[in-house]
Amino acid sequence: MIRRLFTRFVAHLDGYLLLALSLIMLFGLVVLYSAAGEDYHRVIAQVVNLVVALGVMWLVANIPPQHLARLGLPVYVIGLLLLLGVALFGEVSHGARRWLSVGVTRIQPSEIMKIAVPLMLAWYFDRRAGALRFKDFVIAAALLLLPVAFIAKQPDLGTALIVSAAGFYVLFLGGLSWRVLIGLALAGTASLPLLWSMLHDYQRQRVLTLLDPSQDPLGAGYHTLQSTIAMGSGGIFGKGWLHGTQAHLEFIPERHTDFILAVLGEEFGLFGGLALLALYLLVIGRGMVIAANAPTLFGRLFGGSIILTFFTYAFVNIGMVSGILPVVGVPLPLVSYGGTSMVTLLFGMGALMSIQTHRKLVKT
Amino acid sequence: MKFRTEIRNHQRERHHFRLRLALSAAVVLLAFFLLGVRLFYLQVMQHDHYQTLAENNRITIVPIVPNRGLILDRNGVPLAHNYSAYTLEITPSKVENLDTTIDDLAGIIEITSRDRKRFRKLLEESKNFETLPIRSHLTEVEVAKFAVNRYRFPGVEIKARLFRHYPHMETFSHVVGHIGRISEKDMERLEDEDVLSNYRGTDHIGKLGLEQSYEQQLHGITGFEQVETDAGGRAVRTLARTPPTSGDTLYLSIDSKLQQIAVKAFGQYRGALVAIEPSSGEVLAFVSQPGFDPNLFVDGIDAANWDAYNNSPDKPLNNRALRGQYPPGSTFKPFMAMAGLELGKRSPSYTIFDPGFYTLPGSSHHYRDWKAGGHGSVDLHKSIVVSCDTYYYGLAVDLGIDNISNFMSHFGFGSKSGIDIEGEQSGVLPSQAWKMKRLKQKWYTGDTVSVGIGQGYNLVTPLQLAVATAALANNGQLMRPHLVHSIQDSKTGQISLVAPETRDNWRLKPENLALVKAAMVDVMRPGGTASHAGAGAEYSIAGKTGTAQVVAIKQGEKYVASRVAERNRDHALFIAFAPADKPRIAIAVLVENGGHGGSIAAPIARMVMDYYLLGKVPKEQLVPDAAEEPEHD
Repeated sequence: MIRRLFTRFVAHLDGYLLLALSLIMLFGLVVLYSAAGEDYHRVIAQVVNLVVALGVMWLVANIPPQHLARLGLPVYVIGLLLLLGVALFGEVSHGARRWLSVGVTRIQPSEIMKIAVPLMLAWYFDRRAGALRFKDFVIAAALLLLPVAFIAKQPDLGTALIVSAAGFYVLFLGGLSWRVLIGLALAGTASLPLLWSMLHDYQRQRVLTLLDPSQDPLGAGYHTLQSTIAMGSGGIFGKGWLHGTQAHLEFIPERHTDFILAVLGEEFGLFGGLALLALYLLVIGRGMVIAANAPTLFGRLFGGSIILTFFTYAFVNIGMVSGILPVVGVPLPLVSYGGTSMVTLLFGMGALMSIQTHRKLVKT
Repeated sequence: MKFRTEIRNHQRERHHFRLRLALSAAVVLLAFFLLGVRLFYLQVMQHDHYQTLAENNRITIVPIVPNRGLILDRNGVPLAHNYSAYTLEITPSKVENLDTTIDDLAGIIEITSRDRKRFRKLLEESKNFETLPIRSHLTEVEVAKFAVNRYRFPGVEIKARLFRHYPHMETFSHVVGHIGRISEKDMERLEDEDVLSNYRGTDHIGKLGLEQSYEQQLHGITGFEQVETDAGGRAVRTLARTPPTSGDTLYLSIDSKLQQIAVKAFGQYRGALVAIEPSSGEVLAFVSQPGFDPNLFVDGIDAANWDAYNNSPDKPLNNRALRGQYPPGSTFKPFMAMAGLELGKRSPSYTIFDPGFYTLPGSSHHYRDWKAGGHGSVDLHKSIVVSCDTYYYGLAVDLGIDNISNFMSHFGFGSKSGIDIEGEQSGVLPSQAWKMKRLKQKWYTGDTVSVGIGQGYNLVTPLQLAVATAALANNGQLMRPHLVHSIQDSKTGQISLVAPETRDNWRLKPENLALVKAAMVDVMRPGGTASHAGAGAEYSIAGKTGTAQVVAIKQGEKYVASRVAERNRDHALFIAFAPADKPRIAIAVLVENGGHGGSIAAPIARMVMDYYLLGKVPKEQLVPDAAEEPEHD
């Protein structure tokens, strides 16, 4: 009886994915304890975040993909309306208008779009499966750019980046012609000087600071400078857990959220960093296998987009903390402290598991 | 057939998908390889470099605070400047026992309990590598005393810091405002505005007046030094230095001499005066009396001074010119006369007979004229010259409240003037909709009657009154008043002028304007209500007196100033512009509990105009006593 219940409980989970995810989360909690200044309250709060997010993942894994697909349009429309609401009535916090107050709690509609956009686009392409035309890509691009414009205007560059990446992956995997891709790339490069000439001086300064943080060592550049010192001083084996000097001397800002990798790098060294990269590769590899084997176009596109978006999170964050990419607010997936991004990420993982475990039902 | 192509399409799609996914996988591997290389570079190849930075030496970014921009009057007279003084500073992270150190220091240099309290507060807010002042303004003797004992106090040093000073004390307090210590709330705002990093090392921020509204220009850009410090936190050497950029200099349109004369003219009276150049909206004088000493607020005001200011019945902290809302009284009449002419409800020859009161049709209620027995037959010209109430009771009713409200909004009544300091009140320009919204009551014709003479629900700030007078002088064109005349960029030395800004490009008919102006000129001549103040002027003045009731007088009772408590006496008002034919200055004066506009407020305005137009400096005794003149408004 209990056995049967258990079997049903885990029926729609994917063992490989779950194992890799769990290892990353555990590693993350260990690092978080150190990053939070050995404050176990923070760790407990993060465990709560994880439990909630895992619950969401389980729930999503149990929804068959074709049902998920049907959510595409309504979730997208609601998300768009909420974004409009933010633009009109949103709360301003830290200079950006991102939050919408709903009675007792606040929600961040841009976060919903990280799922809603690829879901919507994959659903749309799936409906047109077998007869995809150029026109469909144009429509899809419009569906992508509308919410991205709203989010970029808030401004929330990190989220805008993730949402546009998630949407772009659907277009790319859906077969957007190479000619268009190359054309876009060329047009983008060509228009840069023109765009540059249209910017105000202070806007140019901002762009320069983004590209070269050492120009503003008191502001954005301070983060990168300190995080590279922390990581570099960690060496091959690291200074040992709880023994990082930079992290504990509070040289690293936001060291339990976006810059947690600096703590990991300092205390666990190159080995710790490579281990994390390996675990991420496991997740990404498994996700790609699931997407490749998905029976429907929806499953392939949505699954592929989810896993490539996951990769984007990891790449942008690690690149930023190690000083090769500009600083944009993207968390280190499953490691950075925070509930919202955790839920979104594991929602995606649940969807992948659902695509994998509902295959046979669809095939017949 | 179609089915077949779809199948083929499906297969092609799948093939394409796998191809592209494989491509993505290659990109992922490449990207992770790059990250791995980067980690290897940082943690293996550059390890020694970073090891040194992190362990033996630490890089500290030391901000260099920019000099705050100066605030000067239109002739370059400083109204806010900086001076350097010695401070005694402690680096808490370098001191073993703070309390004993401070006790020991107190043995050679006076350290009050207030200094200690302030230091504690700074300590709570600070980062650990900052130095914090325990005493400021050390004398030469104190500096020498400490220098001798310096060896006893590691982590304690003498530094020179810049302090803000307002040399004119009270005179400009309500214009220039003051800076103060950055509070939690300021920090949050700075973070929201994304300029917090520019405030590292800065302790002060504009809190009031121009110091507040031009904070961005005055603050400047913080410079920084990248300093290598040893394990003990001492600076070993400077790696890089970016100098700070001082804040910009503000040149005001205010003439400090004019302002001083205006302040002096008020004597002991409370009130406000605003003088504006009509064509540009430049503010020439901006007085709210009494003022306060802004220097006391710079480092946090002490309890005794604060209580004194806060509990004073004179309310020195209240910016009356900007935030005081008063009934305009009879100074409203020239504007009403304009409304009557422009909207075709009155002609210059239209004459009423004033028996000394006005009654609404079908009512016995007497709206009294200030002059018992009345003014006899009164036309538009006379109505302004003798300030006949009865004429305007009837005019207001003929116009109707919403017409009045619409017309007066063109003069800026009921809306903020947009002056470049914060906290402005918008006054009240009543209308049917306003009363319904604010009081949830219907508008009655009786309400309209008293609006005609600037009483009733009408409320204006002295600033608004000056702006409206300037618009009248400027043929109806309403300008946005501004205190800052130009801003000098500290880096390039380039001066950029603040351009005049039109709020309402509305023109009055020249023939109507001429009528009202002529009447206002006669107000200042024998037979007018301000003839004393106008006597002997070498230029023509257009003026209008006003009196605003503070307490209501019952039907059938008479107002006798000496019987009314001083603070319940009427407010005296006066508006004017001069020279009347080509106005260069427009003024509004309000004297709280001053009694009558012609005798108290008008002479103040006259002195300001005399100085501005002729360069005449008034003699000592300036304002006559209130009780002298029996004449009423």
